[in-house]
Amino acid sequence: MSEKFVFQGWRRPDGRPGIRNHCLVLATVACAAGVVREVARRLPEVVAVEHAHGCGRGGPDLALQLKTLAGLVRNPNVGAAVLVGLGCEVVSPTLLKAAASASGKPLETVVIQEAGGSRKAADQTEALARRLLAELDNLPREEGTAADLVVGLKCGGSDTFSGLTANPAVGKAADRLVELGGTAILGETTEMIGALGPLLKLAESELVAARLKAKVERQEERAQQILGPLAGKVIAPGNVEGGLTTIAEKSLGCIAKAGSSPIREVLDYGDRPSRNGLVVMDTPGYDVEAMAGMAAAGAQVILFTTGRGTPVGFPAVPVIKISSNSELFEAMSDDIDLDAGTILAGKSAGQVGEEIIRLLLQVARGEKVRAEVNGQAVFAIAQEGPAF
Amino acid sequence: MKANDSPVLAIRVHHDDNVAVVAADVQAGGLVRLDDGAEVPAVQAIARGSKIALRPIACGEAVVRYGEEIGKATQDIAAGEHVHTHNLRRGG
Repeated sequence: MSEKFVFQGWRRPDGRPGIRNHCLVLATVACAAGVVREVARRLPEVVAVEHAHGCGRGGPDLALQLKTLAGLVRNPNVGAAVLVGLGCEVVSPTLLKAAASASGKPLETVVIQEAGGSRKAADQTEALARRLLAELDNLPREEGTAADLVVGLKCGGSDTFSGLTANPAVGKAADRLVELGGTAILGETTEMIGALGPLLKLAESELVAARLKAKVERQEERAQQILGPLAGKVIAPGNVEGGLTTIAEKSLGCIAKAGSSPIREVLDYGDRPSRNGLVVMDTPGYDVEAMAGMAAAGAQVILFTTGRGTPVGFPAVPVIKISSNSELFEAMSDDIDLDAGTILAGKSAGQVGEEIIRLLLQVARGEKVRAEVNGQAVFAIAQEGPAF
Repeated sequence: MKANDSPVLAIRVHHDDNVAVVAADVQAGGLVRLDDGAEVPAVQAIARGSKIALRPIACGEAVVRYGEEIGKATQDIAAGEHVHTHNLRRGG
């Protein structure tokens, strides 16, 4: 690519720039969902996030939820946030604000029980969000480069072509991003089962290799415990219809997204990378939960390949959809941003990788992806209990 | 359908692979061609995106794609046969 990889972003107090400048209205607990939904109706320009988490679980799950929600608040694409809780939950607005305070962003809290009910809480939230939106409008923009980007790598609804077209093309794009100084996160530990050998060859050090091996073996043990003889088949029915037979086959195609850079670090779910380059994060394969871990780690954008086709996006984070075959691209053109099926017609993975980098730059410069245009934003957090 | 239609492209990732993915539907008796020009006749109709055996694979033998084992054959598989859940399973 001859064009320089620069964009005008919004530098955040704690470091990396956002490529979006969103005001987040976030429920801290499921019980606040109605208020958040009402505010979204009144103020469509906010990113409103509701979910089923925040209370009623054991310590490990709640700690993971707090960390992930705080990570979402800290994501560089979020400029400011209103945190809305009920008042008696574990993950309260006060707790979440404290957990996300390192962001240095304007954070406001609303508690429904203290506000005097949902209508008053919605009024308060709306007023706060209006003020924050006005503040965000006045934030100066600053130049960012590829080195400022953290890019999540994800595949969902894979078929046999995913590992031949879209994933290797994303791998080439990840290689290029890393060359330019950027950071790429490979997740989906469940989809490393059966593919540990090739992954370990990328590990930068013995420590990284040992951590990687431990994470994948833990997932494999969990799969064995929960599914028994079915453990070798933890792939979705659509994957099987798409021609994939075993988890190892799916995994080997999946890890092609990583490209060929050295793996510099192995992160727990939702942790921020401490180094640039290719890193691995321990996440489920389940699309929305995996993306939540990447967003919490500060990913400003996600490259998402699909063979069967999926419309899912993520709040505040553009998700670039790449199809593994041209039939899908034509059938779901409203949902797919780029077609890697052209590799079956003679293009190289390197050429499509360059197309992906060019699109990534356009998206960093503000071009909306299909999932943003369609208002597709789904949120869910991984659980300590079984999730694949 | 004519069995002598032009060959269907099949994609083999690694030279050790004993299966490849067909890029279009292939009829029984139709030819599948690899990137090196080698051709394998399909012994049955195989749908686009499915795997075809490139050589005979004995029951219990590793099925190899991407140069890695993706599972073991659960029955003898002839060259040109469709490879999927009916004859391939991940080993324990």
